[in-house]
Amino acid sequence: MPHASLISVHSQDDRLTVAGRGAWTSEYADELEQAVDDTAHTYAHPKGVEIDLSAVERMDTFGALLFERLKRSWKGTGVEPQVKGLAPRYKVLIEEMGRMGQEQPPPARRHEAILERFGHETVNVAADAGALLNFVGASVAAMGRVLLRPRSFRFTAMVNQLDRVGLRAVPIIILITFLIGCILAQQGIFNFRRFGADIYVVDMVGVLVLRELGVLIVAIMIAGRSGSAYTAELGSMRMREEVDALRVMGFDPVEVLVVPRLLALIIALPLLTFIGSMSSLLGAGLVSWGYGGITPDVFLDRLKGAIDMDQFNVGMIKAPFMAATIGIVACLEGLRVGGSAESLGAHTTASVVKAIFLVIVMDGVFAMFFAAIDM
Amino acid sequence: MDARTSTTAEATNHREAIISVHDIVVGFGDRVILNHLDLDVYRGEILGFVGTSGGGKSVLTRTILGLVPKQSGTVEVFGQNLDDLSERERSALERRWGVLFQQGALFSSLTVKQNIQFPLRENLQLSQRLLDEIAYTKIEMVGLKCDVAEKLPSELSGGMIKRAALARSLALDPEILFLDEPTSGLDPIGAGEFDELIRTLQQTLGLTVFMVTHDLDSLHTVCDRIAALADGKVIAQGTIEDMMAEQHPWLRAYFHGTRARAVQAARR
Repeated sequence: MPHASLISVHSQDDRLTVAGRGAWTSEYADELEQAVDDTAHTYAHPKGVEIDLSAVERMDTFGALLFERLKRSWKGTGVEPQVKGLAPRYKVLIEEMGRMGQEQPPPARRHEAILERFGHETVNVAADAGALLNFVGASVAAMGRVLLRPRSFRFTAMVNQLDRVGLRAVPIIILITFLIGCILAQQGIFNFRRFGADIYVVDMVGVLVLRELGVLIVAIMIAGRSGSAYTAELGSMRMREEVDALRVMGFDPVEVLVVPRLLALIIALPLLTFIGSMSSLLGAGLVSWGYGGITPDVFLDRLKGAIDMDQFNVGMIKAPFMAATIGIVACLEGLRVGGSAESLGAHTTASVVKAIFLVIVMDGVFAMFFAAIDM
Repeated sequence: MDARTSTTAEATNHREAIISVHDIVVGFGDRVILNHLDLDVYRGEILGFVGTSGGGKSVLTRTILGLVPKQSGTVEVFGQNLDDLSERERSALERRWGVLFQQGALFSSLTVKQNIQFPLRENLQLSQRLLDEIAYTKIEMVGLKCDVAEKLPSELSGGMIKRAALARSLALDPEILFLDEPTSGLDPIGAGEFDELIRTLQQTLGLTVFMVTHDLDSLHTVCDRIAALADGKVIAQGTIEDMMAEQHPWLRAYFHGTRARAVQAARR
């Protein structure tokens, strides 16, 4: 008989004497389970059973539970096992175990099959679009109310947000856009040189940065940096019932929490776009000088000819719209966070992904629009 | 104070101190929270630990558990100095205590059953059947219905979260149970039932319980001994009667205030 260290069985005329031994505790629970199952399986239909626990040195819930399992397996066949030698200190535990396990365990949580999930997701996308439109409406209405009663506007909160999403983002924005400018110029010069057209790198960088890349890079950076922060902040406020607290005090959470954040982004993003574009041009200028031999005065002269106010305006006009998109998506996702940490993570991810996606879609729409009006 | 505590200490001297905190100093910045504090917890008792809000009750618990660094002093658990243990010895020791945090601290992305099975899976090699049986047993032991097993913590009420968290802290059959304000946030009936539960479990499983509490009812009904913390020290320890007889102004206010009188009147 294996597992003899924990259970030994003596059989005589179909009468069993089962002797427990050693430590019936969690450390040996695996072995004990096998021993219990083997014993119950090998001697499935005895006439009488006596279980002797006098040599069991220690017992915890694991041991007591398995003892109960052994007892019940014989009870099921109509034999009532006699128990002897139970140490008094384990009596309560054994009695307690005897009362357990009468209830039917609940069915396991079901995981959705692929088609079912696909269906749910499709419905969700539609619901998402509805919720987004709804939220845009709520935000605009809240801003309208603020316009009607300017004294209710939370100016301090907005300045605070402006500091966080604007001022503190400046160093990283300058660094990234500077590097992008450098790379653009280097690649431009490298490839244009083959046609003897290095000087056109100034045109390319000027148009690309001012029209498209400056605002796009900055918007994506801000969606990742500030959008995610908005979602996480509002999400944890929802988890701790702070949003409900605002509501019961008669405040509109959209007005108190969303409007200042949204306005801060709408103000900050064009400023950051401007800073980013300038820093990009600086990077491009330096690389053109060092790598392409285009001196700063030539670069500036060329830039003046290559771009006009329209190019600059196209970039700047897009910025506030992108800011509003990022802000609305981030706040909406934040206010939809449920009770769990997992839900906070999921919504923060969704916030960043959706914001970046919408920013790029919006950029495409703007490109068509500006092409149509010849700008 | 010294005379009193030393007599209580003598009376309990023959008992085995399962947790022994000696000369502990803990502070944050230049604020000293625990100032050369001494405390013993004996095997098989339920110790109630009281003190002012923000007075360092939770800090002491967290210091014993190793969550807060101490500046000096020693903590001995099961006769082993926690500072002398290797990583392995330490994690072996940590399996022998269970902690119920104030807010439950259930993992919010796991179901109740998975929460209870988490320490089991990490520490033991068990079959799925035994894992499930153990989880259901623990759930029943703390007085919950089996159908909470598949629920997420966010779907439970406050009282159920406490019980589920208690079930998790009992998962590995610990010898010491730390409870941080177990009855706070429960209604009086729920709190009473919870006290009863702690008492039953303590007797069933032979636990030693270290309970930080503010609940005068708990102190009266379940605690074998009470230790009071003030000014960073244990100013008194003993039974509830000893506490009532103390002359320290804070203890008088605590055990003879209006709420305390109401509790005593109700008990009579």
